[in-house]
Amino acid sequence: MMNNTLKNHLCKLPSGYIIVGKWHKHSYKMIKPLGKGANGVVYLAESSKGLVAVKLSDNSTAITSEVNVLKHFSKVQGVALGPSLLDVDDWFDPYSKKVVCFYVMEYIKGEDFLSFIQKRGKEWIVILILQLLSDLEKLHQEGWVFGDLKPENLLVVGQAPKIRLLDVGGTTLKGRAIKEFTEFYDRGYWGMGSRKAEPSYDLFSVAMIMINACYLKRFEKKENGREQLIKMIGADETLRKYRKVLVRAIDGKYEHAREMHQELMAAVIDESSSTKTKSRSNQSRKRSVQKRYQKRKKRSGVLETALIVMFLLFMYVMYLYGELL
Amino acid sequence: MRKGTLKQILLITDGCSNHGEDPVAMAALAREQGITVNVIGVLDQDTIDESGLREIEGIAMAGGGVSQVVYATQLSQTVQMVTRKAMTQTLQGVVNRELKQILGSDVTMEDLPPEKRGEVMEVVDELGETAELEVLILVDTSGSMKTKLPTVKEALFDLSLSLNARIGDNHFAVFVFPGKRRDVEKVLDWTPKLEALSTVFPKLTSGGLTPTGPALREALTYFKKKRSLRSLISSDEQYFEESSM
Repeated sequence: MMNNTLKNHLCKLPSGYIIVGKWHKHSYKMIKPLGKGANGVVYLAESSKGLVAVKLSDNSTAITSEVNVLKHFSKVQGVALGPSLLDVDDWFDPYSKKVVCFYVMEYIKGEDFLSFIQKRGKEWIVILILQLLSDLEKLHQEGWVFGDLKPENLLVVGQAPKIRLLDVGGTTLKGRAIKEFTEFYDRGYWGMGSRKAEPSYDLFSVAMIMINACYLKRFEKKENGREQLIKMIGADETLRKYRKVLVRAIDGKYEHAREMHQELMAAVIDESSSTKTKSRSNQSRKRSVQKRYQKRKKRSGVLETALIVMFLLFMYVMYLYGELL
Repeated sequence: MRKGTLKQILLITDGCSNHGEDPVAMAALAREQGITVNVIGVLDQDTIDESGLREIEGIAMAGGGVSQVVYATQLSQTVQMVTRKAMTQTLQGVVNRELKQILGSDVTMEDLPPEKRGEVMEVVDELGETAELEVLILVDTSGSMKTKLPTVKEALFDLSLSLNARIGDNHFAVFVFPGKRRDVEKVLDWTPKLEALSTVFPKLTSGGLTPTGPALREALTYFKKKRSLRSLISSDEQYFEESSM
């Protein structure tokens, strides 16, 4: 109960409120709250380096874990797997008279995954998922599993839309137990496997994100989870096209994100080429009609020459007959 | 090297005790024996009464554990979260004690600069992943809990799923109270898999009294019994190893 009041207070810091770090003495001017997670609240803030995102929490353990993960990510060169970490510090909260931990990240401006799909259309789902699978492949190669993969933790950024991973709170070292999860995207909940951090755990969540994106809602598990999911896939026009890939991901058949990426890509190409072959077969039908028409024309041409030849022969015979007379 | 064992009691109840010793005192006793007591209060639609809430918080506080009051539908998520949180809390306590020994009287993790804190946290994470864990689950089956028991069972399967994904070993035992003849009754002996529960749980009958205190007291003795039994086994193993050499 105590925690709740503290959290509520942290969620309602007024715009313009300034917090100063105890150790590094950097100051941050709160602008507005960006979101609330299980372990704290994230604010958009202004710092000497420009706009940043600040995550505050009364749970120092959780914050420290997250910072550890973000630090590991910053070591991955060249690829942005999560927001980059700028500062970690404590702040003495005069209201609760307690130390509140916070860390500062790069501010990523973007649109959340589901509303982007709603606005721009379902054709974007597979494109963003393919991007996501490439990112996951890199993450897995570094020895991590994202864990709490869900639309809320995905952001679509930029003019050339690109997916970004947010909230690394659930990110777990491979081989350990998943730290955080959300039931709908958790294969354990659906009775489809363990909660051990391995790439196939994330890939199950990816399949569930696609299902979520097409139905735009979550649903509860009934008796047989697998059958229910397969039925849902079969009942949706978009999902049906990627049925094979989705079922394999749900069954945990992919050991690497790149395998799922390849097969999803193959399904996309297959789909577009099948529409092409349809038009091609249309063309060929047209051509065969033309040919038959031409053939008929040709046959009538033969008939014509035959008639002319016969007519000329007849005339010649008549001429000879006349000469003989 | 043998990793340490974390011992926890997870009490699942929906209200106040009304029989026997004060459960808060029993929780304090557990803590003295190095056993953490966590409490989950399960609600229906109704809210829990003030005294029940106070007791739930009191038991967890005295038992050095975590308490949480939830609706039955959120039970699965909560059970695993509470167990995890309590593990981290205990391990952090251990690490803090070590820090005090190294750095002097009143230093805890929060007093370290954030950079150092991260390193300590990695140690805590590592321990939490690899430590052996013993959880004795104590389920209140009196009166109003009866309708919630299927949900409790599901939540316990889920707990087993979460914890068995860890590298370290787990041992679970399930007790219900009140028992048929005694204050507490064993329904599942120490096992690494809670799935074995499916055959025993539906047999339960719900009674009237809620002897939370006596149930906790008896649960404690069960940890000890197991301890001695296990040390017997492990000494046997040692003997075998030696003779084989």
